Amino acid sequence: MAKTDSLQGSLDLLVLKILSRRPRLHGYAIMAAIANTSGEVLRAEEGSLYPALYRMEEAGWIRAEWIKKDTGRRARVYELTAAGKKQLGAEESRWQSVSVAINRVLREA
Amino acid sequence: MSLWSRISNAVRGERLNREIEEELQSHIDEAIASGRDPKEAHRAFGSALHAREASHSIRVAGWLESLLADVRFGWRQLCRNKVASAAAVLSLALGIGSCVAAFRLIDALLWRPLPISNSSKLYALSRKLIGPEGRPIEDGYWATPDFKVMRDAVKDQADLIAISDADRTDITWTTDDDMEKAHVVYVSGNMFPLFGLEPALGRLLIPADDRGPGASPYAVLSWDYWNHRFGRDAHVLGRSLHIGDQTFEIIGVGPRDFTGTEAGTVTDVFLPLSMNSLGTEDGVSWHHTFLMLKTGVNPSTALELMRQHLSAVSRAFEADCSTCLRGMTKASIGRFLNKTLVFSPAGAGISELQKDYRRLLGVLGLLVALVLLIACVNVSNMMTAQAAARAQEMALRISIGAGRRRLVQLILCQTALLALLASVLGALFAAWSAPFVLSLVNPPDNPARLALPADWRVLLFGFGLTILIVLLLGLLPALRASAVRPVAALKGGEDPHSPRRLMRGAIALQVAFCVLVLFLSSLFVTSFQRLENRPLGFSTDRLLLLETVAGKGQFPVVWNQTAEALRAAPGVSSVAISGWPLLGRIQINSDISINGAPPSPIPTFFRPVSPGFFSTMKIPLLSGRDFRPEDASPGAAIVNETFVKTYFPGQNPIGRTFERGANQPLNKIVGVTPDIPDHDLREPNRAMFYVPFDEIDDKSAPTVAGFATFVLHTDAQNPLALANSLRQLIAQRKNGLRVSNITTQLDLVRDQTVRERLIAMLAAFFAAVALLLAGIGLYAVLNYSVFQRRREIGIRLAIGSTRAGIVRIVTLDAFLMIAVGGCAGIALGFGAARSVESLFYQVKATDADMIALPACAILLIALVATLPAVLRALRTDPTEILRAE
Repeated sequence: MAKTDSLQGSLDLLVLKILSRRPRLHGYAIMAAIANTSGEVLRAEEGSLYPALYRMEEAGWIRAEWIKKDTGRRARVYELTAAGKKQLGAEESRWQSVSVAINRVLREA
Repeated sequence: MSLWSRISNAVRGERLNREIEEELQSHIDEAIASGRDPKEAHRAFGSALHAREASHSIRVAGWLESLLADVRFGWRQLCRNKVASAAAVLSLALGIGSCVAAFRLIDALLWRPLPISNSSKLYALSRKLIGPEGRPIEDGYWATPDFKVMRDAVKDQADLIAISDADRTDITWTTDDDMEKAHVVYVSGNMFPLFGLEPALGRLLIPADDRGPGASPYAVLSWDYWNHRFGRDAHVLGRSLHIGDQTFEIIGVGPRDFTGTEAGTVTDVFLPLSMNSLGTEDGVSWHHTFLMLKTGVNPSTALELMRQHLSAVSRAFEADCSTCLRGMTKASIGRFLNKTLVFSPAGAGISELQKDYRRLLGVLGLLVALVLLIACVNVSNMMTAQAAARAQEMALRISIGAGRRRLVQLILCQTALLALLASVLGALFAAWSAPFVLSLVNPPDNPARLALPADWRVLLFGFGLTILIVLLLGLLPALRASAVRPVAALKGGEDPHSPRRLMRGAIALQVAFCVLVLFLSSLFVTSFQRLENRPLGFSTDRLLLLETVAGKGQFPVVWNQTAEALRAAPGVSSVAISGWPLLGRIQINSDISINGAPPSPIPTFFRPVSPGFFSTMKIPLLSGRDFRPEDASPGAAIVNETFVKTYFPGQNPIGRTFERGANQPLNKIVGVTPDIPDHDLREPNRAMFYVPFDEIDDKSAPTVAGFATFVLHTDAQNPLALANSLRQLIAQRKNGLRVSNITTQLDLVRDQTVRERLIAMLAAFFAAVALLLAGIGLYAVLNYSVFQRRREIGIRLAIGSTRAGIVRIVTLDAFLMIAVGGCAGIALGFGAARSVESLFYQVKATDADMIALPACAILLIALVATLPAVLRALRTDPTEILRAE
């Protein structure tokens, strides 16, 4: 549970980034990608991913589509929109400037 | 995009939930498929319920979803009480529809601005004075030379525009044979430019067309006339149009929506003011004068100054005008000059129809508003009863956490549904009824014509009305329901009487409105009946009237020969000539002086008639004889009874003489007739004399007559069957006489009561509706109250109350309320009746039978409405009720 907090406020950024590299992923794959690429450090409560996805979808950053999987089951896959690409840029630069600022505080304090 | 998807998601909420569920489930499946322990996967996922709810609220517009739920719930509530809901919707629809229809009529006739620029800066000029009969009158007509003087006097601040009445005029297009009627208006050349109107074709009249008498023989057609008479043929330009001996050239067609300034009449042809021969007469007032303020002139300061200035200018003109005052006594000159100039806003046009129907439309507005209120009270009672029955449900909703706002929304939704359904039906009713009522204003030769567009004004009114009704109906029950205290309600109700108190007040209100409607309508219906059944003193049976014109005039011998020819026609039993029709539009008066004395203060009306007029009209002679062919005017005269009472009281009038003004030739009275209504069915008996149709001048030579009416008694039941053959018979004689209009005496009598018939019909209709609605309301309230008090009634019966006692407790309140409401209604009725007295005929609001009629009607309906409730109360079985508790 403690690990959940490590994603506070940056889930959007991570999801957008993952989708920008690998389009058309479903929810579980996004979650798995975050976990894998972060070396299992960044983990969220998996259920909370979905409200975040829907919020970004309503905001128009990502769009979703139902596809048929090989197993015969349906899956909802997500990809970035143009607005999402812009948003990703904005979030990335915000993250960069915040982390630079925090690092400076840590170094100089 | 996002709001839209949230709104569409709200509509398909169930499907959305399934989709979310499916996606969340596929996440878990995926986790398990990738080799994770199912328990661990579920744990890592967290609360599925929480995820689902959070997802749902993100993807759905919450307010809309709850609104939809409320609408669905409201709809189900309405469907549960199908009969009650249908009754509520229908009665509201009738109320709303009537209100919107009345608004359309009132707006179209009285309020809607003319389709011209600056209509708010347009005023009509009229003068208030004491009329020749001693009563105050308002004169809206002006002489053209007077108009010109006034126009020049204020030319820096305002423009004056002259516009005549839209008179039905005989016009011809090609040969003399096809004469038709058209509404012709004479206007000053500045009208079209000042009104900012653009031609649909050709050009319009311009100020240069005012240049001089007879110098501008041009005509402009209205778009409406161009459309229905010429099918919008562009070749109409350059054609000639004949009126009498004048010829006009068509130079243009007016804009599409401009039908003239006379509300209720559509103008066909516009002619220049300068082309009317009356335009040069100093003493003939024949057209209206409008004033349009120039831009930048402040009406609040400038108008009064201008009014005083114009008043002085016009008075000076009339005092200097020799022809205006010719033959007047000093007293009547003083009266004539002592006038008050009045400006009245004319942005909606001016017309006789407005004057005649303003009060009628006011009454109509009152009646429909009352019917709507009665319907509202009914529906409100229904809602209150339903809310009381749902008190427990509301209490439950509040206890499990529903906000009061949600509860108000819930009930308002139901009301809005009712009101919406009702307003859709009401709109259909209004779309049909407004033109229908207008079509009843239908004097056959001049029916009222008004544009009744369903534009934003009507829509706005309907929308406002619906909102008002929703608030009126829903707010009270909604607030009551949301104020429910859950503990008390769930225990079985705190004060079971409180909704009943409200409903008792509603009964009183409803009865008051209903009695008011009944009272007014009984006054109108009785007025109409008395007017219809008024003894005429002459017969209208099989009387055909040929209104005939003769260009520049024809000698009496020609008229008499034509009458002779008509008499010989098959199917005609007798023929007479009258100067103008009885009860028609024309009336002419003259001074009377006896033995060379100064004329009487009040002029007396007269009528030229040929021998045989009285026998054809079946008017008896009380004494003396009819005119003979050798009688001429001046010379012989026949007078009525009131004439005798006025000028020769207590004397035998036969053989006496009078003059028409001082130093005029003598007229010798040869006969006396009873009083008959001559011009207006409503008029009191007034002095009247008849002169021979054959007129001679002071050298005893015959003079010409330009128009007269042949009065024919026909053998056939329908005199109009002969109309065409007789019209041709006169045309074939080629003696200059032409029939201008054909009607029957019966139609002229009916024309007199068009307004009274209309208001009586509408009032009777709304009285029936009001009575029905009040009956339904009363029935519902009593029925509900018996249902609610069934425990009390059961206990009373069980402890030995008599049946009479039960009846008393069930009905006492109700009848008390009916009495209170009835008295209030009559009191309101007296107030309302005073303001519409001018529409009554021989009826007074204080007549005992006028009060008895509505009182009896409401009592009768109350008895019928209470009967089911009383029977239900008496059938109450105490054991059953008490066991159920």
